[in-house]
Amino acid sequence: MKNDKFESRKYILSGIVLLIFIVYLTQVFSLQINDSEECQNIADRNACLKKTVYPARGQMYDRNGELLVFNKTSYDITFIPLEIKGADTLELCNTLGITIDDFTNRMDYIKNKKNNPGYSKFTEQTFMAQIPDENLSVFQEKAFLFKGFYTRKRYIREYKYDVAGGLFGDIGEVSSRELENDSYYEQGDYIGKQGLEASYEKQLRGKKGQEIQKIDAHRRIKGKYKDGALDTFPVRGKNLTLSLDIELQMLGERLMKNKIGSIVAIEPETGEILCMVSSPSYDPALLTGRDRGANYKKLTEDKRKPLLNRAVTGTYPPGSTFKTSQAAMFLEEGVVTPQTAFNCSNGFIMNNFRLGCHSHKSPIALKEAISTSCNAYFCWGLHRMFGMNKYGGRKEAMNTWRDYMVSMGFGYRLGVDLPGESRGMIPNAEYYTRHYGNYWRAVTVISISIGQGEVTLTPLQIANLGAIIANRGEYITPHMVKEIENDTIAGEFLTPKKTMVGKKAYEEVIKGMRHAVTHGTCREANIPGLNVCGKTGTAQNINKEQDHSVFLGFAPMKTPKIAISVYVENGGFGKDYAVPIGALMIEKYLNGKLTPESESKADEMSKRRIYYGQEKR
Amino acid sequence: MDRRKGNILQRLDLWTILLFASLAIMGWFAIHSVESGSIMSGQSGKQIIWICISLFTGLVLLCIPKHTYRNISLILYAATLALGILTIFIATDIKGSRSWISAGSFSIQPAEFMKFATALMLATYIGRRDFKISNNRDFIKCVGIIILPMLIILAQRETGSALVYLALFLVLYREGMTGIFLLTAISAIIYFVVGVKYSVETMSQLPVNVGQYATTVIIQIISIAIVKFWCKHDRTFTVLFFTNLSGTLLSYWIAVYLVEFNIMIVQYALLLFNIIYLLLQIRLSKEKRNLWVALYIIGAIGFNYSCSYIMQNVMQPHQKERIEVLFGLKEDKNDAGYNVLQSKIAIGSGGTFGREPLSCTQTKLGFVPESDTDFIFCSIGEEQGFAGSAFVMIMFVIFILRIIHLAERQNEIFGRAYGYAIASIFFLHFTINLGMVLGITPVIGIPLPFFSYGGSSFLGFTILLFIFLRIDAEREIKR
Repeated sequence: MKNDKFESRKYILSGIVLLIFIVYLTQVFSLQINDSEECQNIADRNACLKKTVYPARGQMYDRNGELLVFNKTSYDITFIPLEIKGADTLELCNTLGITIDDFTNRMDYIKNKKNNPGYSKFTEQTFMAQIPDENLSVFQEKAFLFKGFYTRKRYIREYKYDVAGGLFGDIGEVSSRELENDSYYEQGDYIGKQGLEASYEKQLRGKKGQEIQKIDAHRRIKGKYKDGALDTFPVRGKNLTLSLDIELQMLGERLMKNKIGSIVAIEPETGEILCMVSSPSYDPALLTGRDRGANYKKLTEDKRKPLLNRAVTGTYPPGSTFKTSQAAMFLEEGVVTPQTAFNCSNGFIMNNFRLGCHSHKSPIALKEAISTSCNAYFCWGLHRMFGMNKYGGRKEAMNTWRDYMVSMGFGYRLGVDLPGESRGMIPNAEYYTRHYGNYWRAVTVISISIGQGEVTLTPLQIANLGAIIANRGEYITPHMVKEIENDTIAGEFLTPKKTMVGKKAYEEVIKGMRHAVTHGTCREANIPGLNVCGKTGTAQNINKEQDHSVFLGFAPMKTPKIAISVYVENGGFGKDYAVPIGALMIEKYLNGKLTPESESKADEMSKRRIYYGQEKR
Repeated sequence: MDRRKGNILQRLDLWTILLFASLAIMGWFAIHSVESGSIMSGQSGKQIIWICISLFTGLVLLCIPKHTYRNISLILYAATLALGILTIFIATDIKGSRSWISAGSFSIQPAEFMKFATALMLATYIGRRDFKISNNRDFIKCVGIIILPMLIILAQRETGSALVYLALFLVLYREGMTGIFLLTAISAIIYFVVGVKYSVETMSQLPVNVGQYATTVIIQIISIAIVKFWCKHDRTFTVLFFTNLSGTLLSYWIAVYLVEFNIMIVQYALLLFNIIYLLLQIRLSKEKRNLWVALYIIGAIGFNYSCSYIMQNVMQPHQKERIEVLFGLKEDKNDAGYNVLQSKIAIGSGGTFGREPLSCTQTKLGFVPESDTDFIFCSIGEEQGFAGSAFVMIMFVIFILRIIHLAERQNEIFGRAYGYAIASIFFLHFTINLGMVLGITPVIGIPLPFFSYGGSSFLGFTILLFIFLRIDAEREIKR
């Protein structure tokens, strides 16, 4: 067109079009080229609903292959917070048998990041665990009313026998601390809380699987995400074969009824724990299912503390059973020879100090000292050791003594595969200097030689001493798990540890222990044909209550198959409770059964009750 | 008569038709892919029917001679406006808007047909022999022609569609309306967007607010550009250009590498210098237009200041929040903000060449709302990636530029004005729709021409285009 003076404006207008185009293209570029990965992640998160598929937990077998701990299915009610708008909560509460208050409390608990660090309104949360079967079927009938609520299959424990609760332990929902420590867990997962369930959690738990479902914007499921290409199957937990002999365990718990204390039996050659009784015991089934919380509370509040595994956690004066370790050390250090005899004038008397003994012939040498459990002999032994020139002083002598004891597994945790193990107490020179200044002498510490005073051991350590003697000088760290499916047990459960005492010295100790069974304090343990060796203990306790009844033994003498410690709190003399219990256990294990006579003895023992004061632990 | 008709069909602009066809085909495939394997169904089938109806209508329109369009434009304008008013009363209420008339399962949106009627009316009026835009009466009538349908559509509560008519002011600009309006509108948008979007960001090396700094620099650039292209005195430009360039660069360099100081002081000093220099030059070089440039700078500073003042002190918190959400200063996972976020995620997840169809979950599983209508571009972005999105955008820009080119080759003002009218309408749809989808402009629901699912809009755009194709084909060609 002629005379169009505004024609140049077409450039401005086209320029504006191009400008907008460039700005938009830049934005598209930045989204699709620069941020594309992040966008894809968010998009995938939008459209994926991850559902955890729980694996079956590893099962536990006893040493003879009998299934002890296994799984049963149970259902949880879960929900996805984002989806539950419009769910009939009142009806849900009725169905599950809870109140509206319970409902709101539970919701508040779940939504609190403090309790539940992994909380997200997009992911499945556990609303109620292990609902009873009758509630489950009603829930499933009415499922259409409960928008956003789902059921989830879980595995809980079931037990063949009502024994060994403290050994198996239990599983429960992860705590917030456990959630923080291990990213494997999500809120509502189960984790081993006590016992073997806790110490073998990693092997038992298996591996969770995941199903990824595609969901639309209204969170309706639209089939599997990428046709299930990213789904993972759960991997079942590994089965454990325990070293436990379940029949021996049952007998032990039966014998310990109405008494507080523990029995530990070890196979000396392997360090395998054959039984570990902590009395009072409890039925492991109490800590499964919906009543777990209530039962747990009851067990916690019980003054006799059934949840405490006394065999590894309890520390006691070993009493005269400790003399065996002293005898071995004296021989090894040349303090005495098997022929060395000491006087006993109804006790050890030194200036104004007197430590009593019962009456027996005097003087006596090592074998008889063990079999009669002479206090004076061991006091003299320690006294002589402290006076020996080769140490150059009582401190060095004291620490030599300490080294011997530590080499026998005392004073430190043995490293058993159970939680809550105690160290026990083995004093050293520094300990006494701290308490007495520089004025302590052999006499000050003399009671350690008879397993009293500062010395404390766990029943497991006492039993391990039995294993050491039975092995003539070495031991394998005691352990509960013999085999792990497709896995190996820890190296320390396979390699023997040496003590500082040689084989010869132990042979002398064994002679003494055999003599104790045949002619001494534990004649009741003399089971024909089994060649039992033993040592009683009557441990005084600081509370001035009735003495503890203790027994340490092993059998047979030549090729020991079992080493055992029995500790009965306030049971009096060793022969009153500990010896007969130990004898029955050894008979059961080595003969496979009890004679009818022994069977009636066992019944009688089971009925015998020790009365503990109200405040007794 | 027959011979001439044949000629006209031969003289149709093949390029425009090809562009139209390819946009329509890509659009249909986009709808089809959203639908496949997703929660929707049946849209692509319906859309085919609408495309056929539109093509048939287009063919009919091609047979109507240009002078008929001019003659009936007033009647069409009046009739569609009347229909528009009627719609307000008889329409069914859909999400608060009363713009749809339903008949059985079919429903139409009369507003779509007001567009071409208004465009024709405006072109006819501007094309009158005695029309002069500098004449206030004529100008006001033009504005009236544009505003009237806007008001009706606003009454139907379709704010988005009403905005489209503002595009027609570009036609007035092309036909000689003073550029001040356009300049003012565009600068206001730029200052507002830059000022608010970067109001919380601080420069990486200096403690200076990016929004404030950027706006002063843009004022310098725009005002000096005006001096260059509008004022006649070249020395004024040279002086301003070099003082501002050196002042800005030098102060930035010193502050970053030598002594840190507030470089905003330099920026304000430069602007003050520009104003004083321009005013002095009015007398010295007798260039009166300098006054307007100086006023522009003052106005721009005032506008920026009042923008931030209004944001900080006048606006209600919820209004402020909406603006902040729009500019991505605040995350909003509800409604509008959520939609834009999902839309950006959908586009971004496409990457360079798009995701495989099964993974296009954003558009197919409903995370992007209206993924077949207003947010259809997300589907292209997600499935075709940057390659596809850029291709579609390029095709659109070529299409718009082609129409501008055709408009410019008309030998009658009527034809040129109509051409610009439809170019402007397509351009505004493109700008607002993509701006929304890309999270640059506010969420205003208007369709992307030929892509968004919907019969009325496809038919409306086809009518707009095909009338112009006929007008273009009928132009006299100088031999």
